[in-house]
Parts: sequence; C-alpha cells; structure tokens
Amino acid sequence: MRVNFTVNGRPQEADDVWEGESLLYVLRERLGLPGSKNACEQGECGSCTVRLDGVPVCSCLVAAGQVEGREVVTVEGLAEYAARRSCGTGACEAGACGTDSGGTSLDEARRWSAQGTRGTDSQTGEGTELAPIQQAFIDAGAVQCGFCTPGLLVAADEMLERNPDPTDADIREALSGNLCRCTGYEKIMDAVRLAAARQSEGA
Amino acid sequence: MGTTGLPTNITQGVRTKGGIGESTLRPDGTLKVTGEFAYSSDMWHEDMLWGHILRSTVAHANIVSIDTAEALATPGVYAVMTYDDLPTDVKNYGLEIQDTPVLAHGKVRHHGEPVAIVAADHPETARRAAAKIKVEYRELPVITDEASATAPDAILIHENRTDHHVGHVPHPNIVHRQPIVRGDVTEARERADFIVEGEYVFGMQDQAFLGPESGLAVPAQDGGVDLYIATQWLHSDLRQIAPVLGLPEDKVRMTLAGVGGAFGGREDLSMQIHACLLALRTGKPVKIVYNRFESFFGHVHRHPAKLHYEHGATRDGKLTHVKCRIVLDGGAYASASPAVVGNASSLGIGPYVVDDVDIEAIALYTNNPPCGAMRGFGAVQACFAYEAQMDKLADAVGMDRVEFRQRNAMAQGSLLPTGQVVDSPAPVAELLRRVKAMPLPPERQWESSEGADVRQLPGGLSNTTHGEGVVRGVGYAVGIKNVGFSEGFDDYSTARVRLEAVAGEPVVTVHTAMAEVGQGGVTVHAQIARTELGVTQVTIHPADTRVGSAGSTSASRQTYVTGGAVKNACELVREQVLERGRRKFGTYHPAWATAELLLEGGKVVTDAGEVLADLVDVLGDEAVELEREWRHRPTEPFDLRTGQGNGHVQYSFAAHRAVVEVDTELGLVKVIELACAQDVGKALNPLSVVGQIQGGTTQGLGVAVMEEIVVDPKTAKVKNPSFTDYLIPTILDTPTIPVDVLELADEHAPYGLRGIGEAPTLSSTPAVLAAIRNATGLELNRTPVRPEHLTGTA
Repeated sequence: MRVNFTVNGRPQEADDVWEGESLLYVLRERLGLPGSKNACEQGECGSCTVRLDGVPVCSCLVAAGQVEGREVVTVEGLAEYAARRSCGTGACEAGACGTDSGGTSLDEARRWSAQGTRGTDSQTGEGTELAPIQQAFIDAGAVQCGFCTPGLLVAADEMLERNPDPTDADIREALSGNLCRCTGYEKIMDAVRLAAARQSEGA
Repeated sequence: MGTTGLPTNITQGVRTKGGIGESTLRPDGTLKVTGEFAYSSDMWHEDMLWGHILRSTVAHANIVSIDTAEALATPGVYAVMTYDDLPTDVKNYGLEIQDTPVLAHGKVRHHGEPVAIVAADHPETARRAAAKIKVEYRELPVITDEASATAPDAILIHENRTDHHVGHVPHPNIVHRQPIVRGDVTEARERADFIVEGEYVFGMQDQAFLGPESGLAVPAQDGGVDLYIATQWLHSDLRQIAPVLGLPEDKVRMTLAGVGGAFGGREDLSMQIHACLLALRTGKPVKIVYNRFESFFGHVHRHPAKLHYEHGATRDGKLTHVKCRIVLDGGAYASASPAVVGNASSLGIGPYVVDDVDIEAIALYTNNPPCGAMRGFGAVQACFAYEAQMDKLADAVGMDRVEFRQRNAMAQGSLLPTGQVVDSPAPVAELLRRVKAMPLPPERQWESSEGADVRQLPGGLSNTTHGEGVVRGVGYAVGIKNVGFSEGFDDYSTARVRLEAVAGEPVVTVHTAMAEVGQGGVTVHAQIARTELGVTQVTIHPADTRVGSAGSTSASRQTYVTGGAVKNACELVREQVLERGRRKFGTYHPAWATAELLLEGGKVVTDAGEVLADLVDVLGDEAVELEREWRHRPTEPFDLRTGQGNGHVQYSFAAHRAVVEVDTELGLVKVIELACAQDVGKALNPLSVVGQIQGGTTQGLGVAVMEEIVVDPKTAKVKNPSFTDYLIPTILDTPTIPVDVLELADEHAPYGLRGIGEAPTLSSTPAVLAAIRNATGLELNRTPVRPEHLTGTA
C-alpha cells in the first residue's frame, strides 16, 4: 500500500508498504530516518518515541497505515520543531526559524546518514543548531551509548512543552516509559533540569 | 545509492577541547542527539536482503530431520542454510573453547540455539519462511543444575572434549574448576569465636543493552566480505569468523558500526557468521537485526550461581578464615566460563585480609542458556554472598557492620588469597568511611502538604500505599574487581597515531580497533592526544580490522590498555616530531639540543616555557605516523591445585550505601538512595567517570530487586524473554546516586588511572540487599528479591 503523511513538516509518500509494517519500520527502512530506535519493538523501551499529531507514541506500536494523513515529528526534526515552537511563543530570535516551508526532505535525511555530517565545520556536528533539550543532553553527559537518547529527547521535549517547570518526580514520571541501560538516569535528570532552567531563563 | 550509515571520521576540537582530567564532552554527542549517529541496525544498502535465524524450540534434543523445501520455495526467499551448507570443516566457534556450533548439528543443547538461517527481501518474509522449516526433534532429558550435571548417568553435554580444562575437572559436565587454598582453614577454625554459614543464590541477569544484535555483511568483488557490526572486540570476532567462512582474515574486513551498549553481551559472536554466510551464498548484502525476543536468546547472560560460605572471626572482630564453594551455571556452551571461574575464585573473599582460605569455584555445562561475560564477571556473584556473610558475622561478633569491614579491610601491601601482593593503593576502609559520612536522605520524603506523593513510595503510581506499612533500612557493601584480562593472557592493545598539518593547523588522527560501546573511549583518546601532542583538533578514525587489535571493551580495561597504547604512540610520535625539529631548526637555538621539549598549544616549547617553533612548521608537508602495540605488566596463570599466582594486573574498589523503603505488607521495595564512593586512580574525564559509576550502580540495583531470566527447571526453557517480563530499572525505579570519587594514583598505570566500569556493579547489589534485610529483619539469601520473599508467600 501507499502511505502519505507528514514527517518533520514535510509531506512524505511511502510506497510498497506491507500492511503489517510499523511506523517505526517505515521511518527507518523506507524513509531513511533511522534516528528513531528499535530497542524492543514491543512498546516497552520508548527508544522509538515520536510525536504523532503532537502526542508522544511508541512508533513500533503504530501500524504504518494508521498515520495516513497525519503529522509525525522524529528526533531528526526535533531541533526545528523546538525552534518553531519558540517562534510561536515569541521567544524566537530573528531568523532562527527561517521562512521556507521547512521540514526534512528524504534526500537530506539520506545525505546525513550517508555522510554523518550536516556540512558544519566539523564532522562531530559542532555548530549544528540543536533543540535546548538536545544541547542539555550533551552538556550534562546524559549520552553514553546513545541508543535510548532519541526517544528520551522526544519525550523530554514534549514534557517541557507541557510542564516548563517540572519537579524531579514530574520528570521521573514523564520519562518512566523510556529505558536507559547505561547512565543510571542521573545525568538524564541533570539534562532535563538544565534544559528547563535554560528555557525559563530564555523565556 | 550504495551503503548508508557507514562509519566515518569524527573530528573534535573546533568548539570542544580538553586534555586529560577535564570533563570534555563526547565527540559523537551531537550525532547521537540528532539521530544521525549510525548504529549497526541503521545500516542500509540498496538491494540488501534480510537475514533471519530459526532457533530451537526445545532445550535438549537430537535433531532427526530438517526440511527446508517449503521455506526455500517461498517467494522473496533467496537462501536457506543449515549445518550441511557450511562451507568448510570449521563449524564451531568460541571465545576460548570452540564448542559452539554455527548451526546445530544433529543436536541442540539449549532453548533458542540457531538451527537454520534464511535470507529474503523483507524481514517478515524471512521470518515467515523460517517458520516453514520443519525440524523434527527427539527430546532428551535436560540437565539444569549441579546434581543433574554430575549424576553418574548424566548425559554429557559435550562428548569427546579436547579442551585444555578437561584434564583437571572432576566431571566432563564441568567446564573448569579452580581451587584456591592458602594457610590452614581447619586450624584457623579453632581460633574462631564466631562462625557463620550461608547458602546464597544469584539469579541469571541479562545485559539488556538497548541496541539489538545487528549488522550488515556486504560481499566483495574479491570473494571476501565487508562486515559492519556492533561488537566488543573486532579482532576476536575476526579470528572466529574467518575460518568458518574459509577466508583468510584479510578478506573479512570488519568495521565497527555504532554500538548500542554491550556490558559483556557482545563479547561472544551473535549474528556475525550468519550474515556473512548468507551474503556469500546470495552474492547480496545481508542485514540481520534481532528483535528483543531474539536478543534474549542471542547472547550469553551473567552466570547464575549457588554459593556456600563459611566465615569465622575472633571476639575482637578479626576474620580467622573463609571457606567457600561457588557453583556457576555456564549453560550449554563454554563462552567465558573458565575466566569467570578464575575471577569468582580469586576474588571470592572480597577486599579483606584473611590468611586461611579454602575456595573452590566451578562452572557447569547444563542445558540452560549459555552464560559468559557480564559487567563484574564472576566478582559480582561472590560479592553478593561475602558481603551478606560480613553483615552476619559482624552481628554475631556484636560489632558495627562498617567498622567490622574496616577492621578486616585490605590495604596496599595486603595479600590476595592467590598470594599476590596488592601493590597499589587499596583504600577499602577509606571508601567505607566516605560512603558512610555522606548525609542520609531525609525521612518521609514522599510527604507533602498535599498528602503523599505516591511516585516516591514503594509501589509508585500503582497507588498501593500512602506510607502505611513502609519501613526504612540502610545497608553497606564494598567490593573488589580486577582490571584487565588476567591469568597470563597477552592483554595488549594497538594504536596508530598520525600528526600532520592541515590548513595551517596541527591535527592528530587516532586509529584504533577499540569498540566504543558508549563508555566514552573515543572522548578519552582525543583528550590523551591533546595532552601528549599539544593540539586541539583530533580526528577519531572508525574502529576496524585495518589496524592491530585493541583487545576487548570489557574487564574495565580500555582506558588503561588502549588509552595506554594511544599515550605510548603519541609519545613516540612526539619524539619523531622533536627529532625532525632538531634537524630542521636545531641550529637556530641551543635549547633544541639541551632542554626538555614539550608540545603545547600547537608549538614546540621548552620545559621553561620558551617557544622554539610552531608545530606546523616542524611538520611541513609530511605527516608523522606510526602504529604500535602496548602491553601492561604481564600476569601469570593460577596454579590449578592451589590457585596461587600473580594472576591480576590491577584492582578496582567501590563501596555503596543503600537506603531503601519497603512496603512490608506487599513486599514492594523503593530504593531511596544509592551512594557510592570509588577510587578511580586518576579521573581522565570526571563527567564520564561519574556516569560509569552511576550506570554500573543501577545495573546492580536491577539484579537486587527485579532482573532475572527465569528458566523452567523442568524444560530448561526461558520463560520471560521480553522487556514486558524481564524488568530493568526505569527512571522511577532508580534513586539518586551521589558519587564520591577518590583519586589515588596507581603508579603502574598510565596517568595513574584505574579501570572503573565494573566495580560499582559489584557492591550495589549486596548494599541494597543489606538495606532490605535491615528494614525487614529477613535473612534473604537470594537475589533478586521478589515481593513473595518479603511477604512470606514464596
């Protein structure tokens, strides 16, 4: 079957989709967006978390056909999504969001995957525009193997959107669907606190 | 379009700098937070096929027949292979003992053993085709414990063993046995005023790394294969893969793809050979990605263990003797069992001074899932038991539990039961003092003006208590872990370092085969290169087999050994650069010949700080590059009869204090805090050090209260191969983990550092158990603790 939906602000068309495929599979294997991860494929680990019409979901549990006509945001589009949100709240610095229709084209996504770079001054991606939560994860040391990171970022960003001043218990509750095996979660807590603090300073 | 997700150079230094001792951020951090970092399961190739493995549905059986016809006839299927299709006479592999069949031959020895492999144009097609393979099994009785393994009529799991352990084991269903005997326990027992005994059970833990076993094998024009893979040791894989494929090692070109955690579970091969076989058979790239269900069958686990301990002490609180027997269940194949036995025995009494010891450790062959390496590696199971014993004995003597440990703690100069002198700092008593001195978390933190916050109570959002029936407990534990490969293993690493001028800037490229599995080795390599060569820009080359072996990313060894190799190679590069400088510029300034010269800030400077030349001018157009192996001090095997010998390189010590709250009515545990103090020698990257300690602590917490692979003793089948039924700690289960880092340099190690990754996994578990015992008054001799053990309904 063919599935038409919007990914990171850009219309996408996936062809030859078998009806049993998940949204996760279509993103990773058909659209060249492997940022959403496949740690359990049974809805337990949260590594595949994406926003579906704004709601965080495990994309491994969403049948591809269910996203027809809907909007998906993945970790690959998180920086731009966060930038647009801050524009919408008037917190955007001039020009930060750009004015074109935005989104990530399939070609762009494949190019990143192929080269591991976005053409910044270094292949670490130093200088890449990041969402506040992404920068906070790096700065706080919340990334080790990084396999849980994309899902945690999407979930944490969504929580901060709803609850800009979370208590520790709020953070733990909001992220309790995202397993991490490396960090013991302490640096993830630090990262979310850091992002919240920076967000409130910038507001 | 070719392949996407190929590993590439990662360069750091434009914005992020930092030498050793600084909390430099990860060079791959931005790639990992943007979703661009390519893990092994993200690899993609045009026209690639998907591989799938058919696994045994029973644990022990003869295979009567395998019929692949229907699977092969399925549209979209390109190949189906069984044992009969293996291309050479080498059909087994293994880390130390080559006892593991690539595909089952006539017999399966554990639930989930690979029987056949399929390649198809869609993963679901491959799965469905595999399900059409008809395997007829004739089931055999299952061997699941020591009694059934060593019974007079026990079926031999492996007939006709020829490995080098078979000569000294008491039964062919025992992989390896290591006794360690020193002093005279019988005589020492006479001096004991108090003797305590205990029988302990340690459940089977899974590494549960999040990135599933996966990789991409691409057949090459020259008849070889390029394999992109998540592993802990590329060269160990290569040594096992190439003979099965019938290829020379230089035709199996391996590159490390992104690794989503490891913790020991990637030390053995998983899908590597299967993907290569299918790629060479079909002539097409083949990708294999396990799902979580398969991952539970696709790698070895931590050995479950039964441990019997007897400890004695005098009235004034000095240990007289320890006698113990540790039975590890290695499952169907040897994997790392012999080395796990070596660790469990040699570290079997913990970081304490005891002159009279009688230790025996064995690993069994059974039909349970194969067990091998997991963070802590044999030392974990022993620590759980000896720390429970230390509490029991302290109580018997009537002494404070921490003070009792301190009174018997080893220090620099102490002897291990193996007779080896601990010749670097061993601040065991100090770590206990520090962890005890940390402020305790306030009582009843869950109380607020709006009532109880159930998220902070046992049972959490299940809303099972608002504080009624909740009791607090505190427990302590300390442990000792060896660093590096022991028992005479040639534990070396290799580094290739290149220094060149690029666009007017000096740039270092570090190329090793070290598996970055998340620990931050790549961060540390860049830091070492900056410190040694005075540059800011460092490029980390992808790890592959085009450079010499780095050894395994395990045993807490990579910062020590590959870090040591990078440091050594940088020092040799520096010598060559300075020699070039002397040739080019020596006549201009006498200091070139007389002063101690350093590389700092991109310049050659004297030790007095005088600048002699720009590094780029010394380098000119010609790079300096070299590759060197590096070794730490050699070790020696343990004597097979007495266990005596200088078997270890270095030790790592950590202590924990656990604070728990237990809902005694429902048997639910909430760990409130897990404080840790650890000696790290020298923290090359303090941020990463603390991250390792917190992560290791949490894995210890998991096996204390929730993590266990449950194997049916009647069938040897795994009952809970999913994250629904095998629980690992969530962020709600995990407490705050304050960390106190001590830095007492080990003069034998690069920069004085100490391998740190595993020690916190040891003492975390017994500290939590001790706290639960303290809260409930129950004996609790097994881990993990389940609610029924606390409510008396087990």
